[in-house]
Amino acid sequence: MKKRLEVLLLPLLVVFLFVSVWHIAVKVSGSEIFPTPVEAIAGIAELFRYGVLFKYIVASLFRVSIGFLLALIIGIPAGLLIGWFSRAFYAFNPIIQVLRPISPIAWIPVAILWFGLSDLAPIFLIFLSSLFPILTATMAAVQNIQLVYLRAASNFGVRGLALFKKIILPATMPQIITGVRLALGVAWLVVVAAEMIAVNSGLGYLIIDARNAGKRYDLVVAGMILIGAIGLCLDLLIRRLQRLDEVRWGFQSMMQ
Amino acid sequence: MTTASIKIHLRDLGMTFDGKGNGTSIRVFERITLEAREGEFVCIVGPSGCGKTTLLNIIAGFVKATEGDVLIDGSPVHGPDRRRVFIFQECGIFPWLTVEQNIGFGIMDRSRREQKEHIDHYITMVGLTGFGNAYPSELSGGMRQRVEIARALVSNPDVLYMDEPFGALDYFTRLRMRAELISIWEREKKTILFVTHDVEEAVQLADRVVVMSRRPATIRTVIDVRLPRPRDLDSLHYIEVRNKIFEAMGLDHSGLGVHEKSPAPL
Repeated sequence: MKKRLEVLLLPLLVVFLFVSVWHIAVKVSGSEIFPTPVEAIAGIAELFRYGVLFKYIVASLFRVSIGFLLALIIGIPAGLLIGWFSRAFYAFNPIIQVLRPISPIAWIPVAILWFGLSDLAPIFLIFLSSLFPILTATMAAVQNIQLVYLRAASNFGVRGLALFKKIILPATMPQIITGVRLALGVAWLVVVAAEMIAVNSGLGYLIIDARNAGKRYDLVVAGMILIGAIGLCLDLLIRRLQRLDEVRWGFQSMMQ
Repeated sequence: MTTASIKIHLRDLGMTFDGKGNGTSIRVFERITLEAREGEFVCIVGPSGCGKTTLLNIIAGFVKATEGDVLIDGSPVHGPDRRRVFIFQECGIFPWLTVEQNIGFGIMDRSRREQKEHIDHYITMVGLTGFGNAYPSELSGGMRQRVEIARALVSNPDVLYMDEPFGALDYFTRLRMRAELISIWEREKKTILFVTHDVEEAVQLADRVVVMSRRPATIRTVIDVRLPRPRDLDSLHYIEVRNKIFEAMGLDHSGLGVHEKSPAPL
């Protein structure tokens, strides 16, 4: 009981301190431009009144969903195949390892060149940025499958497509979910950056537009708070996957 | 003993592991020739690193021997087969499936009703009634090992290969599992090859105990355990057999065999 109270109160205390320091710092510095916490919250309310709040959130979430979904559809099967067949691994791993460390931000000019100033550019960037974490996590997961599971499966005559369905996919699912969680985090980072440049809607656009059109830093910070809150919600959503019965075994040591 | 036919025949098996690029190779064992009769319970004991597990993996068809062959019912083994099920030291049940799904894994091709009957039967046999919907992570080590035994038995194999299946269990669970295994074996009459480093375990379980030497291992001796079951661990004959195995293994310990110079009885 005491522990639960601590778990609840300690973070609240830290948030309160953070907000207080922020408020005092703005007041002491006498900044005309940087908002106090209250002004930032008022900024969110203002966005709501203008009717752009939900429009921008939906625009950003839409781009992330499409790009991320494409990365899932391609990344997981490709990762399973490349991880399983050593020839595929020899063939594709080097190029994956070269492309992987290129920041998605570096792809922005390329994306604009290919897709213009449309939704396709940020979707492409999100696809790229979430593909590599999913792909590499899936590949590594397949290569780390415990030999006993494969032997037990072959002992019972399971092979081919059934082996993928009944053994390889479920055995790798916990590690894949970890990769997916990482990928979604990156995707959410990237959508904001992409929207600052390639489109004229979404939370990233909101931030850069608020700054350019009159130094409305209260709206900039309001946008940042929204990005943080939505990012947290997305992560909490994905974390629920880890509690499914079929994958819980893979997270046991982490939860203890 | 009985005149049962030969089930498993190892013919001059030898195994060398290639060194990883540095040219050194490891000679694991050589000249392993052994026969196991149908329904026989054979234990293989030996010092750690003598290749007992490798030998069992070869017999099961997971690994290829560098020399010799394994004949089962007279025909050579080319790979694993569902008529002969392996029970793993590290516990090979699938953590993403429930107890019931694990036990039914080997009979998924049968009708739903038949599956359910078999699963229920073996869940009861291994004493896991009420745990059908539990996941392996919710079970104790002993219970998990029972799930694996049930999964092996449900597809009605002729042979069980067991690789130190009780090694990770605590002392009392281990004793109980041995007793349960014997009662299952007496009912189902499988041929069992059982690898262990525990001499006591071997004497408690086996019809015959195969003693292997150190690497490169050979079969040092094969000892018949002609003791009625359930075995009285305090009987003179039991201790005699056990000491014979210790002696056979003791020769490996640079002549320091503990039982070599035991004092003469008064």
